[in-house]
Amino acid sequence: MIKAILIFNNHGKPRLSKFYEHYTEDTEQQIIRETFHLVSKRDENVCNFLEGGMLIGGSDNKLIYRHYATLYFVFCVDSSESELGILDLIQVFVETLDKCFENVCELDLIFHVDKVHNILAEMVMGGMVLETNMNEIITQVDAQNKMEKSETFIFQSPRQDR
Amino acid sequence: MSPSVCLQEMIRVIRGARTQGEERGVIQRECAAIRAQFRQADSGGRSHNLAKLLYVHMLGYPAHFGQMECVRLIASSKYSEKRIGYLGAMMLLDEKQDASLLITNSIKNDLSHSSQHVQSLALCTLACMGSAEMCRDLAPEIERLLKASNSYIKKKAALCAVHIVRKIPELGEMFTPSSFLIVLNSDTLYLHYLSHSVPELVQIMKNLVTSGYSPEHNVAGISDPFLQVRILRLLRILGRNNDAASDAMNDLLAQVATNTDSSKTAGSAVLYETVLTIMDIRSESGLRVLAVNILGRFLLNNDRNIRYISMTSLQKIVQTDHTAVQRHRGTIVDCLKDQDASVKRRALELSLALVSAANIRSMMKELLLFLSTCPPELRSHAASGIFNAAERYAPSQRWHIDTILHVLVTAGGDVRDETVPNLIQLITAASELHCYTVHKLYRALISDIVQQSLVQVACWCIGEYGDLLLKGECEEITPMQVTEDDVLDALETVLQSHMSTPTSRGFALTAIMKLSTRITNNVDRIRSVVSIYGSCIDVELQQRAVEYNALFKKYDHMRYFTMSYCTVILEFGCRSRLSLYFNIHDLLLMHILDNLLLFSYSQ
Repeated sequence: MIKAILIFNNHGKPRLSKFYEHYTEDTEQQIIRETFHLVSKRDENVCNFLEGGMLIGGSDNKLIYRHYATLYFVFCVDSSESELGILDLIQVFVETLDKCFENVCELDLIFHVDKVHNILAEMVMGGMVLETNMNEIITQVDAQNKMEKSETFIFQSPRQDR
Repeated sequence: MSPSVCLQEMIRVIRGARTQGEERGVIQRECAAIRAQFRQADSGGRSHNLAKLLYVHMLGYPAHFGQMECVRLIASSKYSEKRIGYLGAMMLLDEKQDASLLITNSIKNDLSHSSQHVQSLALCTLACMGSAEMCRDLAPEIERLLKASNSYIKKKAALCAVHIVRKIPELGEMFTPSSFLIVLNSDTLYLHYLSHSVPELVQIMKNLVTSGYSPEHNVAGISDPFLQVRILRLLRILGRNNDAASDAMNDLLAQVATNTDSSKTAGSAVLYETVLTIMDIRSESGLRVLAVNILGRFLLNNDRNIRYISMTSLQKIVQTDHTAVQRHRGTIVDCLKDQDASVKRRALELSLALVSAANIRSMMKELLLFLSTCPPELRSHAASGIFNAAERYAPSQRWHIDTILHVLVTAGGDVRDETVPNLIQLITAASELHCYTVHKLYRALISDIVQQSLVQVACWCIGEYGDLLLKGECEEITPMQVTEDDVLDALETVLQSHMSTPTSRGFALTAIMKLSTRITNNVDRIRSVVSIYGSCIDVELQQRAVEYNALFKKYDHMRYFTMSYCTVILEFGCRSRLSLYFNIHDLLLMHILDNLLLFSYSQ
């Protein structure tokens, strides 16, 4: 099971944080800080698996991360997940974001956090991997966006222009 | 800034803040405006406000006042508002909040909504944060959706069912007739429902492996690796302890193991899963050898990720297939020198498991080399592992003592507390090595007094066997010519240094006292040192000094007797080690009191 998915930049500012187990707000921030601390110390050519985060579970949990340009994508998983499988999943996630946002960069993630959450919801649900086919995911996300846009058009009221 | 401004504008303003304080101010003003808007039940910019609140929540600011707004938005009829409302529910609500119960009804309605997207929102939220009560209420709905014809909804409903079963295991029977798609994703065991389906699974796997290129589910040339991995995992659960099922899978596993191309990560993932399955089920020995060989191949791979996971799986089988893993010992030991901390950690675990009587000398050399260069978080683990290995397989006592001393010199700060009494007991037992040990420890003491455990053992040893040190002859090692003044200087340095802990000082003082019976010329010097410490601030030390002073003054005739060789330790060796560690001088005190009584009786 995936316990948490975090995206933060090279300075530790969170760009997306999704927890599949409940923690208080303070604990969540502490987890983000600690994860950033652990991951930023790593060299460029070491393996993508980390152990030793104290806050998320104990010895059973691992951090699987990938570093793309200015962003770290970190998945905290327990021992029931295949490490290489999750590494692939991160790749699929990033490629999907790239397709949805046209050459995605950090600014896209900053200004459209809710859209990123929607895409992620199509891939991972309740801590379990739902869909890994990029085209499927994009089809669904497009259909949902279309539905949202059509509503706004129909229900557009003068107050929207404020 | 107008309260109905959109999310992007607010983010721009927050990013424009130049200091943390400015950012906090901006966010507080925004939150106040959002709170006011929530109270007004203004329907215009509700979804924008909640989106802003969720952004602020991600940055770490409190957002609990948005919970009721989430409930309201979920109940709205607009898709955009539902969407943000459900997202808010997943981020802000959890089982412990009362508001979560309020959305149960909305979820129920949405599960029967005409649009599949609304249904999927409800399913997603339930799977993420559904409490036990919510799951119980909504389980029949999920069961209905599992039978739906829409595969998109079916998949989501299946994952939701897994979540429900995790929360309420008794409901598991409700979902089994539907499909084993559920089990592919869960860890719970449904053996008695599914053992008949092993042949079906084998068939599916065969199709996946042998079929050609399938563009839909292809990742880097391997057809649907995620499904393959899941099926292999299921086969593993089914085949464990089950001979019949294991037989049915043997051919398939051999085929997957030989045919899968491991040059890409996806292929390696499938191969890795196959190896784990072979290891877990009752497979024939040929298959097991194949699996260990695959892992050995992985170990030599350039990609560190592959090396890491191969060591993880070797760790799991090292107990059962010890000889097979021993063949790869050289590579594993090389991984100890890798730069990557994760690979080092795995290599350390595996090396410690591979130590045996045959390879103890060479392995220990490598492990000690590792200890001197390893990252600090691994040091105490490495040190205790080395101690265990040394205790079990030491070829000689001298080698054992040397090894422990080496560890104390390299990583003395990271060893456990029992090391000191253990080492003392070991030294006492090795009576022919007393001379050698005391010379070695004296040398270590005069070069460096930072490692406290080393200091303590050295002081004790010098106190006990000081006469051997001063005699200046030793067979095993070229002795230094040591005078009584040198020895007393060394012990006094320990007493006075601010690097020494109170325990080390206690050891040093006791050692000085013991030396008063082993040396001839400097008894006055010892007497003066002891009397100085009679007014020391540290209570323990003061107590000892006062008692020793008393020994000098009133009970001088007993001094030799009480400070003689510690045969006491051998008698009390079976007692708890702690008493040995903390109260050596108390034992002597007990000795004194016993003798006092004897003396008084005989008078």
